[in-house]
Amino acid sequence: MAVGQNVLRKEGYEKLTGAARYIDDITLDGMLHGKTIRSSIPCGRIKSITFDPDYDWSRIVVADYRDIPGNNYVALIENDQPLLAETEIRHCEEPILLIAAESKHEAEVAARHIRIEYEESPPVLTIEEALEGDRIIYGSDNIFKSFLIARGDVDEGFKQAHTIVEGEYRVPHQEQLYIEPQGMIAIPGDNAMTVMGSMQCPYYIHKALKHVFNLSDEQVIVIQTTTGGGFGGKEEYPSVIAAHAALLAHKAGRPVKLVYDRAEDIAATPKRHPGIIRHRTGVTKEGQLVASEIDILFDGGAYVTLSPVVLSRGAIHALGPYRCDNVRITARAVATNTPPNGAFRGFGAPQVTFAYEMQMEKVAAKLILDSVTIRQINMLREGDITATGQRLNWSVGSEDVFNAVVDRKKFFEKRGNAADKSDLRGKLYGIGLSFFFHGAGFTGSGEAKMKAQAGIGITPEGRARVLSGSTEIGQGTRTIFSQIVADELGIGCDDVEVEEPDTSRVPDSGPTVASRTCMVVGRVVQLAAYEVKQKLLRFVAERYGDADVKLIEGRFDANGKELASFSEIARAYLDLRGELKAYASYANPPGIEWDDETYTGDAYPVFSWGAMVAEVEVDPVTWAVTVTKITTAQDIGRAINPVLAAGQIEGGTLQAVGYGVLEELVWNRGRIINNQLTNYIIPTSLDAPEIETIIIEKEYPHGPFGAKGVGELPMDGAAPAIALAVYDAVGHFVTEIPITPERLMVVAG
Amino acid sequence: MSFSPSLGFAKLFLPSPSLLNFMALDSTAFSPTSLDEAYELLTRFVSQAKIIAGGTDLMVLMNARQLNAERFIDIWALNELRGISDEGETIRIGALTTYTQLIKSPLIQLHAPALAEASRTIGAIQIQNRGTIGGNIVNASPAGDSLPVLAAFDAEVEVGSVRGVRRIGFNEFYTGYRKTVMAADEIVLAVRAPKLKPGERSFFYKVGTRRAQAISKIVMAVKAKTTDGMINSINISLGSVAPTVIRAPQTESLLANATLNDEVIWQAATHLSKEVSPITDMRSTEHYRRKVARNALAKILSQMV
Repeated sequence: MAVGQNVLRKEGYEKLTGAARYIDDITLDGMLHGKTIRSSIPCGRIKSITFDPDYDWSRIVVADYRDIPGNNYVALIENDQPLLAETEIRHCEEPILLIAAESKHEAEVAARHIRIEYEESPPVLTIEEALEGDRIIYGSDNIFKSFLIARGDVDEGFKQAHTIVEGEYRVPHQEQLYIEPQGMIAIPGDNAMTVMGSMQCPYYIHKALKHVFNLSDEQVIVIQTTTGGGFGGKEEYPSVIAAHAALLAHKAGRPVKLVYDRAEDIAATPKRHPGIIRHRTGVTKEGQLVASEIDILFDGGAYVTLSPVVLSRGAIHALGPYRCDNVRITARAVATNTPPNGAFRGFGAPQVTFAYEMQMEKVAAKLILDSVTIRQINMLREGDITATGQRLNWSVGSEDVFNAVVDRKKFFEKRGNAADKSDLRGKLYGIGLSFFFHGAGFTGSGEAKMKAQAGIGITPEGRARVLSGSTEIGQGTRTIFSQIVADELGIGCDDVEVEEPDTSRVPDSGPTVASRTCMVVGRVVQLAAYEVKQKLLRFVAERYGDADVKLIEGRFDANGKELASFSEIARAYLDLRGELKAYASYANPPGIEWDDETYTGDAYPVFSWGAMVAEVEVDPVTWAVTVTKITTAQDIGRAINPVLAAGQIEGGTLQAVGYGVLEELVWNRGRIINNQLTNYIIPTSLDAPEIETIIIEKEYPHGPFGAKGVGELPMDGAAPAIALAVYDAVGHFVTEIPITPERLMVVAG
Repeated sequence: MSFSPSLGFAKLFLPSPSLLNFMALDSTAFSPTSLDEAYELLTRFVSQAKIIAGGTDLMVLMNARQLNAERFIDIWALNELRGISDEGETIRIGALTTYTQLIKSPLIQLHAPALAEASRTIGAIQIQNRGTIGGNIVNASPAGDSLPVLAAFDAEVEVGSVRGVRRIGFNEFYTGYRKTVMAADEIVLAVRAPKLKPGERSFFYKVGTRRAQAISKIVMAVKAKTTDGMINSINISLGSVAPTVIRAPQTESLLANATLNDEVIWQAATHLSKEVSPITDMRSTEHYRRKVARNALAKILSQMV
């Protein structure tokens, strides 16, 4: 069996030896270098664009919105984001012009010879300003999207409550900070366009390019090159870069490379949505939730982009993994004159998780209950019903993960050992607990509509080849797909190849997002492998008469007699019957139902579950929080590759440590001013805690070999666990992250 | 809005003059092999050339396209600017001495331990291998981590030019934000730090934005001599709380000849928080910097009791 083994990464050798070629390593003959000219104001109109008459423009290709052959928008949920600004400017760094030159340097120099004058308008820069409505920048009320999730009778619930607790929580922007900045190369063809680059979702780019150039499916080819991380940051924005590079390539008639440096990447590309989340919770004397009112506000930035779906996931997760019969969740995403916020690992859930876990502790404190008991009283268990009315029928690892991290004796021993904070030599010690869940796959009817496709082909050498649009972005797609196929076919992982994501060669498996690659696409890959196996079994049966054919450990047996290896039979099939390929597509498990109108039903086919204990030291001299240890248990159904799964959990946890205590964008009039690694502070290895990971496997009957999603769950739990450990250490409740020393000093000082 | 009518891709197929292709071709780098040669170049170009050594500050600026020098004088080959030597009362540190060399030097460890400690907090190992103390001095950042130590030690900077060598007290070296008393044709040759005397101790305290690879939010160095809990002398200096690295003369005189106890410590520390003049910037706030200056001094003083 390959599944459950720590099979080496398929692409590990190339990455480790430096042989892997990232987009900026690729140079094509005649290739030009592109640059994006962006707005320097957050809101207003372009008055004039002046090209320095003393500069030699004959060497430079310039493109603006008038050069777009098709539509001037980036096709996504709404088509409201222009590919290039025409006259109206809605955020700083909004693309206005594109230029290309023989070298990157020449493009830089040319850019300095363009002057853009604006007529500025006062911008809307915060959620509060958007809601005040003094200036309307979207629709009639600055609201991109709103949702209501209602269950039971909240007013009645509050009447039954012994205690009502209110809380307001604030969460910041966060930068994905993939190690490889974004970039694309576009190659123009005869009524065709090929784009390659760093990306998560080839078919998103494929769709965007078709709209920009009025081309058909076949005329556009999108190819993923080795990609150095994504974390959601390469979900939607690569469509913009691809279309920009393609527009320049189209105008120049030559290939164009457009690669961002770190400063441009941080300044211009989407971030995690900042938010304000308010809770009003009614509980009985014993601590049982009887009413919960939650209001969520996300800052969507200047265009709709993915905000509706981020908001939807936030709303669905807002109550947390807890039972409550009377719930009203309102959620709104507002428009501001800041760069659009978008996909980032967790996709709305880390924001609401911070809020509901802080609120849970606040409720416990009010009732003089401990952190463990309040959660055990209200925890969702198998058969329970969520806020959207979903009955949890399978793979509910809530108690398992919780019990795995809460060794009661140790937790309470460590709790409340905080030293006297006036002693400047001593560190203050604290421990905190969080409990969380994450729906795997698209929300609601998303997967049913998407119908993800994948296939298995047989190579001339008789190997299996996975055909899928799912991308390897460091998380292990290629390796786990080969493990799944190997076991389904009964062959070794080395006999499984994975096709490069190239839209001319692989089907649309949907985007590589939403913790769906293993659970959803992996399942489809498994089904396609099953189809291939059936075809080969029938083939063997037909050739060897009506025999009892089996495929065991890479060999075909007929009536108990060994016939030939998998690859021999596969080659024989190709010789006699021609091509062998099978495709499958995703369908939700039976009984999964969702109503988009009422926002009720099965929000996700299954949830993954997590619990986390964070231990911190607070320095009373500097108020710096050091996270010393994190212990986490996560139920992911089945770890196809335990080392890769643990890597996901550790990496996501560390990214969430940054979210909780370090990472903060500094803005000046709608513009990010700390867009460098020097000043946008992510954890170094010295800032990383020891992370103890416990993988719990409550198998999901409809996932490949029982697997559920793992990618995003680890991002959810660390910020509240750390904030609650800080609460334990200093006795002050911090309701806003990141808990920087400056913020903690004000709260606790 | 209008575009130049001459724009069009056809012309781009013409062979391109390669001069414009690379940043390096826009600028010239000279690599003198002797100090005299360097002086000559500096005399020739005066402020039209930028001296580069380890490059750990300049390369960052270049990468961000914030440095557009046309000429560089690369002094990395000037071995006469290397080395740490014992001059009796003082330690002489050549300008090209790297942080790694400072960290590893037994002389520094023994006679100016705070300087080794400061060097350990600068950048990453790669930066420590390449960055120089001379560079830290001339870069003149108020957040330069070695600078408070030099200020607390009353160090002396040795600068040279064709006109000869002169010595400048470190505490007279800076005149304002990123400004020094150096002339455009001068080069830092070395810095001299008096050795710790019997009974003297040095302290270094840095508060960065994280535990490594961090620019200081506040950085402090103290050199003091105490006898039985009484302060005989004390030098206190701070970085990132003013336009230049500063000393805190008022707090120093408040503490001179004082006997340390909780009350004295708290008074002096509170005074320091008022004596400094920090600002709020992207890395921290004025409020925080004042409070931490107080806490850090209190912590250091309490270690002397």
